[in-house]
Amino acid sequence: MFDISIPALSGQLLIGLINGSFYALLSLGLAVIFGLLNIINFTHGAQYMMGAFCAYFLLNKLGLGYWWALAIVPLAVGASGVVIERLMLSRLYKLDHLYGLLLTFGLALIIEGAFRFQFGSAGLPYAMPESLTGGFALGFMYLPGYRAWVIVASLVICLGTWFLIERTKLGAYLRAATENPTLVQAFGVNVPRMITLTYGFGVGLAALAGVFAAPIYQVSPQMGSSLIIVVFAVVVIGGMGSILGSVITGFGLGVIEGLTKYFYPEASNTVIFVIMAIVLMIRPQGLFGQR
Amino acid sequence: MTDHTEAITTARDEAGEARYDRTAFLVMLAILVVAPAVVYPVFLMKALCFALFACAFNLLIGFGGLLSFGHAMFLGTAGYLAAHSAKVWGFPTELAILTGMAASTVLGVFAGLLAIRRQGIYFAMITLALAQMVFFYALQAPFTGGEDGIQSVPRGKFLGMVDLTNNTAMYYFVLAIFTLGFLLVYRIIHSPFGQVLKAIRDNEPRAISLGYRTDRFKLAAFVLSAALAGLAGATKAMVFQLASLTDVHWTMSGEVVLMTLLGGLGTVFGPVVGAFVIASMEHYLSELGQWVIIVQGVIFVVCVLAFRRGIMGELEAWLRGRRK
Repeated sequence: MFDISIPALSGQLLIGLINGSFYALLSLGLAVIFGLLNIINFTHGAQYMMGAFCAYFLLNKLGLGYWWALAIVPLAVGASGVVIERLMLSRLYKLDHLYGLLLTFGLALIIEGAFRFQFGSAGLPYAMPESLTGGFALGFMYLPGYRAWVIVASLVICLGTWFLIERTKLGAYLRAATENPTLVQAFGVNVPRMITLTYGFGVGLAALAGVFAAPIYQVSPQMGSSLIIVVFAVVVIGGMGSILGSVITGFGLGVIEGLTKYFYPEASNTVIFVIMAIVLMIRPQGLFGQR
Repeated sequence: MTDHTEAITTARDEAGEARYDRTAFLVMLAILVVAPAVVYPVFLMKALCFALFACAFNLLIGFGGLLSFGHAMFLGTAGYLAAHSAKVWGFPTELAILTGMAASTVLGVFAGLLAIRRQGIYFAMITLALAQMVFFYALQAPFTGGEDGIQSVPRGKFLGMVDLTNNTAMYYFVLAIFTLGFLLVYRIIHSPFGQVLKAIRDNEPRAISLGYRTDRFKLAAFVLSAALAGLAGATKAMVFQLASLTDVHWTMSGEVVLMTLLGGLGTVFGPVVGAFVIASMEHYLSELGQWVIIVQGVIFVVCVLAFRRGIMGELEAWLRGRRK
């Protein structure tokens, strides 16, 4: 344990940061949706997978590359989210919140099942955009350009979302509606439309994470389902009260997972769940949650 | 979660309810006793194990209001321990099943202590995450056999006399276990303990203000549910002579939610009906292959949007309407 190999360790740290950016993006979307809709979006993993598939189609059927995908995919998948919210979720707001969980779980099964039916379980490769294929030699390690881009871009998007919600007028409406939707509606804000768009936005974030993931991981129907369970644990650890909290927890846990892969690889799959158990014992409301 | 069933139970007078339940129970038992003459016993055994599993799950959601999304961890753990103790340690069948059940009970204590610290949606996410942890453990631990599972587990002899390799004998053994489990759940939900549980489900702050330590009740319900789910899992492992990753996977946790939801959350017989419907679907529509999971998803969506009382909930509401 004491002869640490710097390139291997920093390699795992880099993978940790990459995973962390996906945890952060996905838990951020979950937190935004939960804040206003009070449901946990179980479809989130499937929507992340749809994002990756969408990018794959754009490239291989329409010849539209990565940068186009970054712009189109979140809008397209987000629009599908808007349809789901209007047709189904909006009927459940008066019921117990658990029904929202059950409905989105069912939707996740349908979407994942349909993609697996169409494409099988094998992963499809997605070519890395040419402008990001290079890398930087940092002396102690080699930093591939695409991975650096994913980390920086996710950080920017997370901070942008934080800014949008905490520092703009639209965000103020959103936070007010989270506290008391009836009152905000009485002030003339169209709360139902805001809820719909919020869901679409959260889904768009998931799809964007899917586009980021496409060149790194294989594009496959089940890429979302195992990830979403880890993200749930991340959300429990961080608590969904704070936007910055989700971002910090996401990146932090990614790094911890990366370190575990280096020091004790057997536990790398479970370390986040163990941390969740410890946090529940010490601070059940989550690191950034309020009671 | 169960506002509909509430109305049903309060409307129906206690005596009438007991009479209805007794008749329904006898009908169910009679059907199950003669069923192997018509239907393939191994399929029936599978359905019975699922039915017990769903009854255990329903105890928690239907009467405690706690949605566990990780019940596969109890089914799977008990299955592994039962299979391992029967195959490697040479335990007799009954003892192997009890070993599996003990393992899931212990797991239930630890998981329960963690999960009841949060409520509602968080409770569901925590149980799901804990179950995923158990899944990864089962994937890596040496004794579970990883992807292969524990295969060719001996069924053994019941009390050293009745040879359980015979499918008919095994069926009646499983039926006896199911009936005991079912009656135990019925007893629990009609006991004072069950009443307190329902009070907590409907209004936890009020139950606290009446002096109940609600955390203890929730934990007790969780452990009971885990133990019964373990009984189902251990029995299932003995029936199929196999303990595998399927039983600890999150899809299994989803399946038990589906069975209970379809049959009717918080109804006495709903989980049994739901389990038989889902098991038949998987058994008889197996040529659907990949479609099964899509169909399951569709059933979820339809149940949540339009059919929240489930099959038995709708049936009971209809019967009540006719009696008036």
